[in-house]
Amino acid sequence: MSRPYILVVLAILVFASVGHAQPPREFRWAGDPEGGAPFVEADPAHPDKLVGFDVEIADLIARGLGRTPRFVLVAFDSIVQAVARGDADVGMSGIEDTPARRATMAPTIPYYEFREVLSVRDADAPRLRTLADFAGRRVGTLGSTIAYDILLRAERDYGLKAVSYDDDVHPYSDLILGRVDGVLLDNVLAERRHRVIHGFTVQPQSVAIGHYVGVLAAGNAPLRDAVNEILLRAMRDGTLERIFRKWNVWNDDQPALHAQLLAGLPVAPISGVDSGAKAANPANPQNPANPANLGNPANLASPWESARLYLPSLLRASVVTIVLSCLSMAMAIGLGVLIASGRVYGARPLRAALLGYVELMRGTPILLQLFVLYYGLAAAVRLPAFVAALLGLALNYAAYESEIYRGALEAVSTGQLEAARTLGLSELQVLTLVRGPQAFRLALAPMTNDFVAMLKDSSLVSVLTVMELTKQTQIFATNIGSWVIPGTLCAALYLAMSLPLAALARRLEQRWKAPTA
Amino acid sequence: MEGADRVNGNNFVLRLRDVHLRRGTRVVLSGVTFDVTRGALVAIMGPSGSGKTTVLRTIAGLEPFDAGRVAIDEVTLDGGAPVPAPTLRQLRRKVGFVFQFHHLFEHLTALKNVWLAPVHAHGVALPEAQHRARELLRALGVEHREQALPRELSGGEAQRVAIARALAVDPPLLLMDEPTASLDAARRGELGDLLRGLTGQNRTIVVATHDEEFARFCGARVLRMENGVVQ
Repeated sequence: MSRPYILVVLAILVFASVGHAQPPREFRWAGDPEGGAPFVEADPAHPDKLVGFDVEIADLIARGLGRTPRFVLVAFDSIVQAVARGDADVGMSGIEDTPARRATMAPTIPYYEFREVLSVRDADAPRLRTLADFAGRRVGTLGSTIAYDILLRAERDYGLKAVSYDDDVHPYSDLILGRVDGVLLDNVLAERRHRVIHGFTVQPQSVAIGHYVGVLAAGNAPLRDAVNEILLRAMRDGTLERIFRKWNVWNDDQPALHAQLLAGLPVAPISGVDSGAKAANPANPQNPANPANLGNPANLASPWESARLYLPSLLRASVVTIVLSCLSMAMAIGLGVLIASGRVYGARPLRAALLGYVELMRGTPILLQLFVLYYGLAAAVRLPAFVAALLGLALNYAAYESEIYRGALEAVSTGQLEAARTLGLSELQVLTLVRGPQAFRLALAPMTNDFVAMLKDSSLVSVLTVMELTKQTQIFATNIGSWVIPGTLCAALYLAMSLPLAALARRLEQRWKAPTA
Repeated sequence: MEGADRVNGNNFVLRLRDVHLRRGTRVVLSGVTFDVTRGALVAIMGPSGSGKTTVLRTIAGLEPFDAGRVAIDEVTLDGGAPVPAPTLRQLRRKVGFVFQFHHLFEHLTALKNVWLAPVHAHGVALPEAQHRARELLRALGVEHREQALPRELSGGEAQRVAIARALAVDPPLLLMDEPTASLDAARRGELGDLLRGLTGQNRTIVVATHDEEFARFCGARVLRMENGVVQ
C-alpha cells in the first residue's frame, strides 16, 4: 500500500471515530415510578408507558434541547446519587430543592411550589393541628426528605416520634390503622392519597413551603442553564401551567412562584418552617428554624463536624441493629432446634409440614415475608414495627438454622447413638446428652456465620419503618450528599458488632475442643 | 419338652432358638441356636462375615430379626415383630455391649463417659457414680487418663474405657465385639485375666473374636459360626 493511500484511509477513520465520539442525542432523566403519581407512574392503561407531570416536563426539556428523552429507573432516595455519578443527566421525580443540593449539585430553577402538610385521622382533626400538638405521638413521612428533617427537629423541640417510610403510600395506610397519628408530606401527595383513602383529614395550615427541581451533577452547569431557559420559556408561554392543570396540581401558589422567577428574583429553597422557633434566635446558624439549616443539618459544617453531629443517631441505630439481631437469632435458634428435632424424630405428616415451612421460608425473599407480616396481615393482626421485624427475621432464619441442626444431628454417627442406647439411656436422654451436644458443636461454625449474616440482613427491616444502622446511614449520606464518611462509619460500626461475635464463637469452639469435666 | 424346660431354668442366662435374619436378599443368620449358663465365658468364633457381630447385636436388641426367639433371663425377643419399648427397657438393664470401635462419647472425658449412664439412666447419685467410675478405670489401668477426651486415647486405652463404661451399669450379661482387636499381647493377657475375674463374680460374658489364642487363654467355651449358623 502506498503512503498517500494509507493517509487517506487514516483520515477517513479519524473522521468516522470523531463522528462516533459525538454524545448520543439522548436526554437521560432519572426517576422512580413506585408510588410516584402524579410525578412519574406507570400508565394504568399501558403499564409499559410512563405518565406524570415530571414525565411531561422531561419531554418538554428534551424537545427544547433537541434530544430524545430516555427514562432511567432509580430508587427515589438514590436519584441524586445516581445523577452525581453520571447514570443520568437530570433527576426529576418530585426532587426537593435543599441548601445541600444547591451546594453539592447543580439544581434547576424550581418549577413547582409545594406545601408540607399534616394529615391526621378525621377524629383527631380538631386537636392535632400543628407539630406542637404531637408530643409523645408518632408522625410518619418519607425518609430522606425535607419533611423527615422537619420531623427530626420536631422530635427534639416538641417530643414527637418521627417514623421513616420508604414510600409515600404506607404512611397513610398506617395512619388509618393507627400505627402513626399523623403524616407530614407534600400537599401533592396528601391530596392524591386523599382521593383514594378515606378517614383522614389534611390540615389546612402548612408546616413548610418547598419546591421541586430537576437536579444535575455539579459539573453539568451549562446543561442546567439550558434547562433553566427552557423552563422559564414554558412558564412564560403557559406550557407548564397546562401540564400542571392536566394533572390537577395547579394552584394559587404557582403563578406567584413563576412571576418571581420570571422577574429574575431568587427563591429560597425552603420557607415558612414551623419548628420550635419560639425561643430561638433566627440569626443563629444552629437554629433549626433557620431555613438554611433545613434539608441538611450539617451543610455548613465540615465533613468531620457533620460526622460528629450524626454519630449519636448512628450509635442509636446500631443499638437497634444489635438488639434486633440478638433477639431474632435467639428466637431463630429455639425455633430451628424444634423444627430440626421434628424433622429427624417426627411422624411423616409433621416431617412433611416442617419441610414445607423450610422450603417456603428459604424459597421466597425475606423482603416479601416482612411486607406480608407487617402490611399484609395488618387487617388481622396489627403488629408493631419492631415486633414484625423481630418475627420476620426469626421466622426466616429459623428455616436456615433448622437445616444446619438437622444436618448436624444426622452427622452424629449411629455408633454413638447405639452406644448410648445399650447403656440404657432413653431416646430423649440420647438426644439431650449425646446427640444434641455433639450436633451443637458441629453447628457452631455455620451458626456464627448466620449470626453475622443476620446483623447485615437486619438492614432490610427499614422497609417496616424500623430505623436501623444502614437506613440511618443512608439518610446521613443523602443529607450531606456523600457516602464516604457515612459509609466508613457504618462499616466500622458493623465490624465493631460482628468481629467480637466471631471472636466469641472461636473461643467457644476452642473451649469445647478442650476436655470437660 | 419337660427336660428342655428344666435345662432352660434359672441356670441359663441366655438362650437363642432358631434365629433367622435376612438383609435384603442376603441371609445373615439362618437358624442360630445356643444356650449360655450364668457365669460362663463364651467365645463366638468364625471367619469374617460369618455373622458373629450380628448375633451380638441381635442379643443387644440393636438388630431386628425375622424369626426365632432370643431370651435373656425372663426377657424375650421374638423375631418378625418390633420389640415393644418396655421390653427394650428391661433388656437394656440386662445386657452391656462393648463395641469393636468403642463408640466412646466424643464430647465427654473418659471419666464422664463412664458415669453418664449410671447417673442419668439408673439414678445413681453423682459422687457415688464418679467414685465407682474411678474404681473401674483404676481396675482397668487407665485411671491416669480420666480427664482425656476419646480422641486423645490410644486404641487400647479407649478399649478399656469402653469396657469400664459397659461395666458401670453392672449388666448381668456383657457382650464384647472383637475386644482384642486394638490390644498388644501383654494387654490381651490382662484383658483375659479381667474377664475371668468378672465371670467369677457371676457375670456372663459373650465375646465375638477370631483370636484363638485369646479364647484359649481365657478358658472360654467356644462356639464356631459359619455361614450364619453355629456349627
